[in-house]
Amino acid sequence: MAFLRPDRLGDALSALAAGGPGGAPWVIVAGATDHYPARVGRAPVEDVLDVTAIARLRGISPVDGGWQIGALATWTDLVETPLPSLFDGLKAAALTVGGLQIQARGTVVGNVCNASPAADGMPGLLALDAQVELASRGGARIVPIGDFVTGNRRTARRPDELVTSLFVPAPLPGTTVTSAFEKLGSRAYLVISIAMVAAVIEADADGRIARARLAVGACSEVAQRLPALEAELVGRPADAATAELVDARHLADLTPIDDVRGSAAYRREAALTVVRRALERALRAVPG
Amino acid sequence: MTATSTPAPTPGIAFTVNGRGVRAHVDPMRRLSDVLRDDMGLTGTKVGCEAGDCGACTIRLNGRQVEACLVPAAQAEGLTIETVEGLASAEGAPSDLQAAFLAHGAAQCGICTPGMLMAAHSLLIANPEADAAAIRDGIGGVLCRCTGYVKIVEAIAATRDARKAARERAVAPAPTSSALVGADTAVGARLEKVDGLPRVLGTARYGADHRPEGVLAVRAVRSPHARARFEIGDLAPLRTRHPGLVDVFSAADVPGQNRYGVYPTGKDQPALAAGVVRHRGEAVLALVGDEQALAAITDAELPISWAPLTPLRGLDDALADGAATLHENSPGNVLIRGRLATGDVDGALARSVATAQIEVATTFVEHAYIEPEAGFAQRVGDRIELTVSTQAPYMDRDEVALILGIPPTDVRIIPTACGGGFGGKLDLGVHTLIAIAAWRTGRPVRAVWTRPESMAASPKRHPSRIRATAGVDAYGRLTGYRFDGDFDTGAYASWGPTVANRVPVHAMGPYAFDAVLATTRAIYTNSPPAGAFRGFGVPQASIAHEALMDELAARTGTDLLEFRHANALRAGSTTASGQRLEASAGLPACLDALRPHWLRLRADAAAHNAGDDAAARGARRSRRGVGIGAMWYGIGNTALANPSTIEMGVTAEGRVVLFCGAVDIGQGASTVLVQIAADALGVAPGTIELVSGDTDRTADAGKSSASRQTFVSGNAARLAGEDLRRQILLLAEVAGEAALSFGPGVVTAVEPGGRSAVIELAELPTVPVRDREAACVLAGRGTFDPQTTPLDADGQGVPYQTYAFGAQIAEVDVDPQLGTVKVRRIVAAHDVGRAINPTQVEGQIHGGIAQGLGFALMEAYVPGRTENLHDYLIPTVGDMPEIECLLIEDPEPAGPYGAKGVGEPALIPTAPAILGAIHDAVGVRITTLPATPDRVRAAILARG
Repeated sequence: MAFLRPDRLGDALSALAAGGPGGAPWVIVAGATDHYPARVGRAPVEDVLDVTAIARLRGISPVDGGWQIGALATWTDLVETPLPSLFDGLKAAALTVGGLQIQARGTVVGNVCNASPAADGMPGLLALDAQVELASRGGARIVPIGDFVTGNRRTARRPDELVTSLFVPAPLPGTTVTSAFEKLGSRAYLVISIAMVAAVIEADADGRIARARLAVGACSEVAQRLPALEAELVGRPADAATAELVDARHLADLTPIDDVRGSAAYRREAALTVVRRALERALRAVPG
Repeated sequence: MTATSTPAPTPGIAFTVNGRGVRAHVDPMRRLSDVLRDDMGLTGTKVGCEAGDCGACTIRLNGRQVEACLVPAAQAEGLTIETVEGLASAEGAPSDLQAAFLAHGAAQCGICTPGMLMAAHSLLIANPEADAAAIRDGIGGVLCRCTGYVKIVEAIAATRDARKAARERAVAPAPTSSALVGADTAVGARLEKVDGLPRVLGTARYGADHRPEGVLAVRAVRSPHARARFEIGDLAPLRTRHPGLVDVFSAADVPGQNRYGVYPTGKDQPALAAGVVRHRGEAVLALVGDEQALAAITDAELPISWAPLTPLRGLDDALADGAATLHENSPGNVLIRGRLATGDVDGALARSVATAQIEVATTFVEHAYIEPEAGFAQRVGDRIELTVSTQAPYMDRDEVALILGIPPTDVRIIPTACGGGFGGKLDLGVHTLIAIAAWRTGRPVRAVWTRPESMAASPKRHPSRIRATAGVDAYGRLTGYRFDGDFDTGAYASWGPTVANRVPVHAMGPYAFDAVLATTRAIYTNSPPAGAFRGFGVPQASIAHEALMDELAARTGTDLLEFRHANALRAGSTTASGQRLEASAGLPACLDALRPHWLRLRADAAAHNAGDDAAARGARRSRRGVGIGAMWYGIGNTALANPSTIEMGVTAEGRVVLFCGAVDIGQGASTVLVQIAADALGVAPGTIELVSGDTDRTADAGKSSASRQTFVSGNAARLAGEDLRRQILLLAEVAGEAALSFGPGVVTAVEPGGRSAVIELAELPTVPVRDREAACVLAGRGTFDPQTTPLDADGQGVPYQTYAFGAQIAEVDVDPQLGTVKVRRIVAAHDVGRAINPTQVEGQIHGGIAQGLGFALMEAYVPGRTENLHDYLIPTVGDMPEIECLLIEDPEPAGPYGAKGVGEPALIPTAPAILGAIHDAVGVRITTLPATPDRVRAAILARG
């Protein structure tokens, strides 16, 4: 098996274009927090492209029209970077990813690319309308995050492409923005979600909801936005009582499964409570 | 630093470890944990899962805590690494943090300690003012299975405070004193663990830390099927393809008997399955060679043809009409039946004013010690030596002898530091294959099980299905108890027979009934063997009897605590086995101690819940509840001989040595036994050197199980110390109260009146002790075997000489909308007879509560599905309640200085108290464990 750790993006893209020397696509590694757990007791056989030396993939920074989260930005980077309240929910999610050790190593982009149904970053990024920026020798392209993750452990990334960053667009001008994250699990730390919800609220000057964005994770193959609920919330007062209008209809498109963490029926029902609470938390944060 | 066999990139990977620049020529994707441990010999960093789930391998990388098992070696390039070895001073003195861990008893088995220390070290640098919540966040990524985290958090907070005080005074923080605290005698003192310093320094060597020159590895090929027939084809092509493969062997090659098992009547488990496998993960073939060569062999290359059979997955399958018979001699798949009968239970229930019934179901629970099974074996002439992590060296010795077909005296077991046992290391683990491989090849052979392998192949707590009925008369006195329990013992017997003997004795709980009928069965299934796990079936039974106590108390309008108090076994009571309890039955005293807490917490809960209506919408969602559980637990083997022998010698140089075969698995046995021996001999505990566990050097002190080491081995240590003292007094011709001191080559005895005598040790002939190289000139010996009698067909007799008693209160908050449960507080009262070392006793209580909490709320092992530590959940620091320990000392006349045992007791009443508290909070009784959020929520919805 081959190993490559280029410090230039171009070299990485060239390698990806050529494919792994072993004939299979390169396995891309950054924080490796999902890589090794999938290989306990197994001898390594893959060609590995380690992207962690590519300096330009680091950091989280404001850019035209929003923010850019570099492919090497870790959960700890996200927590420690001063960011507006738009990111409060995603930061809260960051603090529930594994323990501090995982947060210091695992990347936000890696969480997306690993495409677990229980990826802690996905609801927040969906609610932020994040866009996935991909590069290849053929050029760059941008894919909305909802289209990028296509299933359990499946993404729209081609084998010759590298995700270079996520772009988070700025909120609606003139709004007050709050965001929140709620995770339901069976223990306090180091827990995989039974259900989780991210909420982003933009309130207008009259204290009404100008835009509401909510997403639910671990209750379907890919985390899902709740468009019907979002539409219904627009124009409502941005106060906690509004959270009570959430009902089961709004979650009808979820497809939870039975697993060791909880039954499908429980997930569906609990998700409703978690959605209400995440929404309520975001609404409470709106300065009244 | 040595290179691995993988082709090395040049110029290697340069980084700094503990201030020293190094260059590693290794596979760039090699886990940094392996580079540190295997290539650099820094074995202080432990590996518990290789999946970032346990945090044992936590190091600091450029100032941040990370898990070394998840860092590719290549990414260490140019970075700064700190490991536990870097914490101590250059002279090897522990840092303030390490000293605090030692002083507070924050390290029990010590396997998580290096990771915990590195997480805490990182935290206190980043946040010197860290409050309790910040401390929990800081160590939230490291799992501990022993301590319940309580003393770890205390030690970190104490270090924080000491550093803060030192900053304010502008001086360096002083290390905590390691002198005796709290007593004039060794017994009763909060003595630091005598084997604790290496554990906090990271120098203690566990099963995986030994890598002798020329060592080979053995890898077990395991069944992917729960039940199958199989054939092994021609292995020659495999050996040709993999020249690094030194040996391959299967069932036919087992030199001795390919059947073992801890009970003389339960030897049904093969070292390697012969043609048929009975559980997923069972070993069928052993591959011996260098580690790289073995790792390169894929399962697809192995010439094994499988014919899967329909597995019996649980009690219903195994008990169904026409079910396959898994073991020829066990028709109906019944391994064993147990029975206890006294009085007329039907009559007693019939004349009751109230009766209550319950059905309980519990599942497999995994020990989840952070140290997976590991060790190595070496053939020495016609003998074999195993250096392994174990709880039971002498049992291991006899089992290995059987498998190799050699006399037990030709087997030597050298226990390593044991990174957690809890019953799981009472069975053979790596022993079987390393022994056979070393015997065949003549080379040292090691094995370290991966976490999934450990979880697939090691024994579990028995799943149970229990039906029970209890009654009460018009005076509030318990009448009859009927108990019928089926226990899934998995594919092999292991400790399954305890279902037949220990469970019926304890089935009705620590209460006096007029009549009891308890029947049990252990049933074979195609699951991993269920074996010994802290409590041996008693925790399962306690779920039923405590729920019934709650129900009967409610039906008779009696307070739950007072109902238990009125019916508690006490001195003068006769147990259902017909044994009269003469003394040290302190359950009433435990309940008395709990009463003020009970009343206060009940009132707090009522106030909390009353506030619900008034609270603003959604502001307070929780319902608070308070529950109580009580337990009793017989110390040592059930109605079987259970002796311990301990020797204590003085060498010609005047060294005092305790030859102690009792293994310290983290519970503190070594420290407690040194304390007891010290007082018996009349010396300070620091005078005593300890030789621990080695079967060539120590006599058989039995296994570390059944809460027996303090009581049984403690008595042996006391007798050994007294014997040695008697001999010295005789030689010195001084009175019995003389004070002894040991100097170079002399023993000095000084009578209270001042008259002294000196024994010149060099003038004495050598006396034999088991350790042939010890050259002792004086030796004391103590043997203790608890007084028990066999039980008759109705379970009548004296199964144990003494019993531990205890009761605990749990305060919980239940989120009724989500079904989540947060245990806020546990108040634990335990009658330990005498607390030889209160710090160790509290540590056992904290750890037992953590495991009881896991049993109650989150732990469920599903074969093939939860074989890692992220799907199998054990409590983290954030799940632990506040714990208050109330130590009741109702002395046991037969115990050493009045002591009994405390290893298992705290686990037992924890789950019943939590389940009772959930019932109190939201009115639902959870009877299928664990009480996961979905189960609690479903019960709330079903109640309507």
